[in-house]
Amino acid sequence: MTRNVMALTQRELAATFYSPVAYVVAAVFLVATGYIFMEKTLQPGAEASVRFMLQSMAWVLIFAVPLLTMRSLSDEYASGTIEALMTAPVTDIEVVLGKFLGVLIFYVALLITTLLHVVLMMRYCVMDLGVLFYGYLGMLLLGALYVSVGLFASSLTRYQLVAALIGAGVLGVFTLLVDSLAGWYGGTWRNALGYVNVLYRFEDFAKGLFDTKAIVFFLSGTAFFLFLTVKILESRRWR
Amino acid sequence: MRPKTNMIHVQNLTKNYGDRRAVDGISFSIQEGEIVGILGPNGAGKTTTIRILTCYMPASSGAASIGGYDVFTDSMAVRRIVGYLPESTPLDMQSRVREYLVFRGKIRGLDRAARDAAIKRVTELCWLGDFIDRPINQLSKGMKQRVGLADALLHDPKVLILDEPTIGLDPTQIRETRNLIQELAKRHTVLLSSHILPEVEATCQRTIIIAGGKIVASGSPAELKERIRGGSRLIAEVAGPDAEVKKALGGVTGVTGVNVHSDNGWHRFTLDTQRGEDPREHIFKVVKDKGWSLRELRLEVGSLEEFFVQITAQQMQEQRAARKEARP
Repeated sequence: MTRNVMALTQRELAATFYSPVAYVVAAVFLVATGYIFMEKTLQPGAEASVRFMLQSMAWVLIFAVPLLTMRSLSDEYASGTIEALMTAPVTDIEVVLGKFLGVLIFYVALLITTLLHVVLMMRYCVMDLGVLFYGYLGMLLLGALYVSVGLFASSLTRYQLVAALIGAGVLGVFTLLVDSLAGWYGGTWRNALGYVNVLYRFEDFAKGLFDTKAIVFFLSGTAFFLFLTVKILESRRWR
Repeated sequence: MRPKTNMIHVQNLTKNYGDRRAVDGISFSIQEGEIVGILGPNGAGKTTTIRILTCYMPASSGAASIGGYDVFTDSMAVRRIVGYLPESTPLDMQSRVREYLVFRGKIRGLDRAARDAAIKRVTELCWLGDFIDRPINQLSKGMKQRVGLADALLHDPKVLILDEPTIGLDPTQIRETRNLIQELAKRHTVLLSSHILPEVEATCQRTIIIAGGKIVASGSPAELKERIRGGSRLIAEVAGPDAEVKKALGGVTGVTGVNVHSDNGWHRFTLDTQRGEDPREHIFKVVKDKGWSLRELRLEVGSLEEFFVQITAQQMQEQRAARKEARP
């Protein structure tokens, strides 16, 4: 089990690194977050924390992560390699886990490059390392959820662009849409919508709060979408 | 030698895609060490059958097993003993050949030493030496086919299943691939599919002809030829009084009909013969006794090609008729 997953992870990671899309996405992501960091955080009198930077990154990633994951399964369908893969002695769960970890590692590499901003900030101010740690832990959990949603979208179609749009669409529902709906409705609705709002859940981490509810939210959300992906993969055999 | 056992067993296999029935209740068995070809026109159900056998998709009904393991309930065990070359030879385009084979070795559970040995073996077997370190997307169709075959052989599988292994190759490559497959058949049980008859005739001990999702004929090339002997004809060119010759030839046992075509004093007789009869000797005797001249005497055996075209056309006609009936 572990060996198969590791082999699949390695292949997925290599495929991501070979693809020009990943570099373009990484470049755009870094430019966008760098610009926001320069404009908002690295200013005289601004709050000496990564809170705003991480929150804006969570926004940009709604569109960036589906572009990283769109290749994952769609390309296997389109090129037919799925047949070679799914007739080898690997289970559907191993395939999904391997692909998930492969993209997640690329995401983590991307995340590590943003630590450059933190290093820059440390030259000018004293930072709370606890807040920094929880902030990046939150980014990891958020990324895992985004990647699982992107992977799910990629399992639905052989067309990469469609996969990216579906991925961004689903993420958009659980971030932007629920946010504006919560603004319209009040009372119980507002609470319920707030509960599934990814960005709202993420806020605690950005502030440096250790919130087990939020951790459970991200982990169970990730598991749920990975489970759906496995089921989609299984169901394709029955057509 | 060990007693031969059923390596592949297919029982009443059916597969529906929505309303369309792609495979319609086929059954066959393949013994260990056999090399069998599935022959049929495009869309006959070859690939679907193969995909069920290789655990890519489940059947709608019926059962299939390889090496005693059921393809549905014991899928992982089947996958471990089967080497499969899918129809379009899908490979990871972004990898290099060696990198790809390393990955495939890993997911087949080969450790580093076993993997290195396996890659070395298949590199020699499939002549990958010249391009083992080249990116796959730079390879020609023939080279890719060899990489696909090398992948299928990596874990030294008991059963080798090849879907259209020579499609898209040039004649030299086709001959090379055929030789390789025959070489492999010494160590593995081989099931291959093709829509080209000479292909199967050249490589396989036994042919299963399917059309419209059903098995329409099966047997060795010789057996299949035997089956079509019924329609064989005899050509005899004789110089002599044509009416008399015609009467004499018609009287020979085994001859059921005589047609004559005259040309410059010679008469070309086309004789229909009874199934399995070869009356050439009798004809020669008759002609010799009468003192006529004979310059050609030939038995025309119907080719497997003709037989194939005949039965598949027949099948197609039946389908068309059935469709017409179904229409309101």
